[in-house]
Amino acid sequence: MSHAISIESVSKRFGTLQALDDISFTVAHGEFFALLGPNGAGKTTLISAMGGLSRPDSGRIRIMGHDAVSDTRAARMQLGVVPQELVFDPFFTVRETLVFQSGYFGIRHNDAWVDELLFKLGLPDKANTNMRALSGGMKRRVMVAQALVHRPPVIVLDEPTAGVDVELRQSLWAFVQELNDAGHTIVLTTHYLEEAEALCSRIAMMKKGRLIALEAKDKLLAHSASREISLKLSGPLPATLAASYQARETDGRQILVLPDIARLEDVLRELRLAAVEVRELSVHETDLEQVFVELMHGGKK
Amino acid sequence: MQGFLTLFKKEILRFWKVAFQTVAAPVLTALLYQLIFSHVLSRHVEAYPGVSYTAFLIPGLTMMSMAQNAFANSSSSLIQSKITGNIVFLLLPPLSALEFFGAYLLASVVRGMVVGAGVLLVTAWFGLPLPANPLWVLLFAALGCGVLGTLGIIAGIWADKFDQLAAFQNFIIMPLTFLSGVFYSISGLPPLWKAVSHLNPVFYMIDGFRYGFFGQADVSPWLAAAVVAGSFLLLSAWALHLLRSGYKLRQ
Repeated sequence: MSHAISIESVSKRFGTLQALDDISFTVAHGEFFALLGPNGAGKTTLISAMGGLSRPDSGRIRIMGHDAVSDTRAARMQLGVVPQELVFDPFFTVRETLVFQSGYFGIRHNDAWVDELLFKLGLPDKANTNMRALSGGMKRRVMVAQALVHRPPVIVLDEPTAGVDVELRQSLWAFVQELNDAGHTIVLTTHYLEEAEALCSRIAMMKKGRLIALEAKDKLLAHSASREISLKLSGPLPATLAASYQARETDGRQILVLPDIARLEDVLRELRLAAVEVRELSVHETDLEQVFVELMHGGKK
Repeated sequence: MQGFLTLFKKEILRFWKVAFQTVAAPVLTALLYQLIFSHVLSRHVEAYPGVSYTAFLIPGLTMMSMAQNAFANSSSSLIQSKITGNIVFLLLPPLSALEFFGAYLLASVVRGMVVGAGVLLVTAWFGLPLPANPLWVLLFAALGCGVLGTLGIIAGIWADKFDQLAAFQNFIIMPLTFLSGVFYSISGLPPLWKAVSHLNPVFYMIDGFRYGFFGQADVSPWLAAAVVAGSFLLLSAWALHLLRSGYKLRQ
């Protein structure tokens, strides 16, 4: 039982659509892991397969060492999933919803933990409110609580902050971070790349059912080779520099694309030789979004 | 076991919270049938020797109401959960197919029996005798609700939309329950229709249920019990198979 999640050669086809194409990766205990990709990349399909909501055509998934298909009961006890769609049962109150959810996991008398979840998620005064009467953000919080009633060691959040206001996003992330600090393994999918960048240690990117990148966040950022520098110069940019660094001009500044930050030295030397003075210089660090866009538009693997 | 108990309780609460619609309404409908049909037909028909039409009608109407409500309970709960998407909260926990099936089935039986008790209560003053064989009454009530509750589970799993479920209800359940001897004794039917009625499992539910009250019926209660129990087992096996295979619930 060496990994919290282990995914081995998982494939899934819906008709002519290859939703998952031979996906393999593992997530270590206590890791904060992000799964990124555009709509239709297969993230939700993969999460569904982890939770037993859909069955892969081939390959195997293990949650804390338990096979998601042959050892379903144990696997599901270890896993808490917050689904992407905002869903609720309009017949019941928040507390009823959470007490029922505990019961489905075989847990009786879960009131202390339910109360704590309500408190942590900012819902204590909504305990006896009907689900219908809650705002979208509140419903989302109840869904998070539902995924946690059985204190699962592995928690998967499928776009938990889609359509959620800023305040809730921040409090939700603080709570998830706290769970991670307490030893829970977290997997999240998100469209907000800055969230993944801020929270996750390792990142997988999917596209059209395939895994196209899987790396520690820092490495992934470093890989995204090119960096841009922006220069304010005393004179015109020498033509040789303009040609070799794909220069463009915006707001009176020259933007140069460096394949490697070490090349900055060469650029400065050439400018000195041409007797052009550098008035201002700034380096743009790549962020995840740029890496993401690069990877999604074909490019490199 | 805890999972089953919880889901069972949730299913009971689901209909009980809207009991006006799920219990009171069908009881009132049955009472209206009783009032109108007994008024129109009481002087013309004597179903069994010594049994007035008004009395004869009561067990039939009761079983029909039980059957329709048992079906409605499991099927509407499932389709609502599927369409709103909250069924995911039942698919993620480690509930076995048997727990899932058992909870929906038993809740349907309870709803059917509660409606049945209500119908008997409001129609008893039309002259229903105390049951000659209360055990048969209970057995057929439970088995009848069980058959329709199971059918409701199958229909709820199968249907993707409300109108598909409505079609199932209107084109299968309604004809089966109406053409089953609720309003008449099939012994008075022409041979062809009599033979057709004998193929309808709902006929055996009603006939056996009536036997429990009057000590007489169209067929032997043992035969009726065998047919109803057989249908129940067959449908249960089918429903369990669907649940285990993940049909429509886990793609």
